[in-house]
Amino acid sequence: MKHETRRRVGFALASLTGLAALLIVLMLAVILLDVVGGGAGHVTWQFLSQPPSDGMMGGGIFPALYGTAALTLLMTLAVMPVGVLTAIYLHEYAPPDSRMARWVRVAIVNLAGVPSIVFGLFGLGFFIHFVGGGLDRLLSHEELYWAQPGILWASLTLAVLTLPVVIISTEEALRAVPLDHRTASLALGATQSQTLARVVLPGALPGILTGAVLAISRGAGEVAPILFTGAAYFLPDLPSSLNSQFMHLGYHTYVLATQSPDVEATRPLLYATVLVLLMLTFALNLVAVIIRARTRRKAANAH
Amino acid sequence: MDRQSVMEQGLVETMAAPQLSPAARRRQLREKAIAGFVTLMAFTGIAALVLIIVFIAKEALGLFLDAHAREEASLSKMFLPQVTRAGRPASFVWQPVSSVPKVSMIPLFIGTLKTTLVSMLVAVPVGVAAALYAAEFAPRRLREIIKPVIELLAGIPSVVLGFFALMVLASFLRGDSAFDSRHTAGVAGLSMALAFLQFLSRLGPQRLRERLRPLSGLLAGLLAVALGTLVLMLLASGVPHVFSFTHRLNAVVAGLALALAIVPVIFTVSEDALTAVPWSYREASLALGATPWETAWKVVLPAAAPGILAACVLGFGRAIGETMIVLMASGNAAIVSANLGESVRTLSATIAAEMGEVVVGSPHYSLLFFIGVELFVFTFTLNLIASVWTKKVLKRLTGGAA
Repeated sequence: MKHETRRRVGFALASLTGLAALLIVLMLAVILLDVVGGGAGHVTWQFLSQPPSDGMMGGGIFPALYGTAALTLLMTLAVMPVGVLTAIYLHEYAPPDSRMARWVRVAIVNLAGVPSIVFGLFGLGFFIHFVGGGLDRLLSHEELYWAQPGILWASLTLAVLTLPVVIISTEEALRAVPLDHRTASLALGATQSQTLARVVLPGALPGILTGAVLAISRGAGEVAPILFTGAAYFLPDLPSSLNSQFMHLGYHTYVLATQSPDVEATRPLLYATVLVLLMLTFALNLVAVIIRARTRRKAANAH
Repeated sequence: MDRQSVMEQGLVETMAAPQLSPAARRRQLREKAIAGFVTLMAFTGIAALVLIIVFIAKEALGLFLDAHAREEASLSKMFLPQVTRAGRPASFVWQPVSSVPKVSMIPLFIGTLKTTLVSMLVAVPVGVAAALYAAEFAPRRLREIIKPVIELLAGIPSVVLGFFALMVLASFLRGDSAFDSRHTAGVAGLSMALAFLQFLSRLGPQRLRERLRPLSGLLAGLLAVALGTLVLMLLASGVPHVFSFTHRLNAVVAGLALALAIVPVIFTVSEDALTAVPWSYREASLALGATPWETAWKVVLPAAAPGILAACVLGFGRAIGETMIVLMASGNAAIVSANLGESVRTLSATIAAEMGEVVVGSPHYSLLFFIGVELFVFTFTLNLIASVWTKKVLKRLTGGAA
């Protein structure tokens, strides 16, 4: 074949790959346009601040918003210390070629691949029946107190699910702190933990925050793990204690989409709920992307 | 890392000298305690994985230990055809809640396989092609836009994708779409106008060309989007005539929505594998007279092949385990058939749909945990394969140095 023909054929095939990329971007645009178009008119202050009414056919989503926020807050409190410390171990304390560090990495990679519904089963079997049941026996509660679905168990289940996200982004952040900073601090007589607390962690803070934001975004959107660990179909009251059930934006979306007696009547509510959920996760992801881009640029300039 | 740890070891040795002041000794003890605590916390990841295995297996074990459960759901009842009614041929039926529970897992396996197959058929070519474009052909600035945008798609919660499949995709594939021929004609006209402008900016009169030059990138982008929309609209009017689905919610609808969920995974991992291929490979190929496409297809892609296979395996694992999308968009009917247009019930959706109503400790409860064990084993194996292949590509490309 002549070179010119080969060039042309190649260009055509390369354009096809470009079309594939365009197709993905276009599908994202279609989803966004559909959700924004269907929901934008219905997201009002009243929608955000009132509980559902008329058997889920009216009202707003306030309990679901509150439940999602409380759930992710508890999850963050549980996952951040453990995740950050694990990453610190992997990057700062583990000796090179340490067998334990290798096992931890293998565990994290596999944890990230476990299906979310399996986390739900784990939460039910471990947290609710084993830990909750044990607590009830220990504290001799007459009726089920801890051994039932509740916001604490749901948030701990999500914390296990988001652990790999936090560890991986924290480790990336630690890697971006130049070695010279550590050696300089150690040379000045600081101990390793002092170096860590005053030099390394402040330098890695943006990356650690990225991890937190990504974990929150993931945790706020996951529904499968909370299906049987605490999410409720409808609750007039907000969750008041660690063992109460809660409403959740994602679960509310699922309920409105599949269990509604009148699809047309709930459609605006459904679209508005999805819009709020999507904006929430997108805003969080965007924050993470921006922080990460800034850190990478800084790291690139430092070397 | 190496330098640092060597240095740290040196530091510890010098500090272990006998003449330490009490303050220094206390400080050293504190350091040891902190290191011990950090190491202890690092066990959480391992502990979590082990606890997941142990507790899911423990709840599923009832199936094999309890005599009642063993009779109701033996392995042969789960995997071999059963005669459910006298005089009928043996068949596979999933009906765990009935006077005689029928617990064949085969319909669920078939359902999972069908949705996963559809999603892989769509997501692998699209994801790998898009990764090839981003890594090899896209101008740098475009690549910096494409990558975060596709990561944004990965950030969409699966329940939203399920909602989209249920409310929009299912209607779209049935032909109840909102646009008619006037919309299609409008978009077609717009595309033609843009194409004409594009033509003018390349081959038109000199002065017009110069005036249009700064806009040419924008024009090309708009043209591509308009053409893409046109193709989608034509598909919308053509597709329902091609497939005539038995049910509104079926394996194709669920599979396409699953494809949306796994395309970002396949894209990201493939793109990483492609960019890991050293520049010298490309330079050598181009210097020998290969075109950019030939370089990408015959040099870069084969070099990154294990990484791309790993991407596909990871996507496959994600598709098997994904729950909310199939729960909402697959119709959830456990039917044994090869028809992609019929409703399906997958393993993951079965757990999600039935766990809410079972009696704790009953055979049905253990059965759902047993499905969880199966899902865990599948995805665990797939992840293992993927990580081995990813390591292989890194090793090959760095000449075994890493």
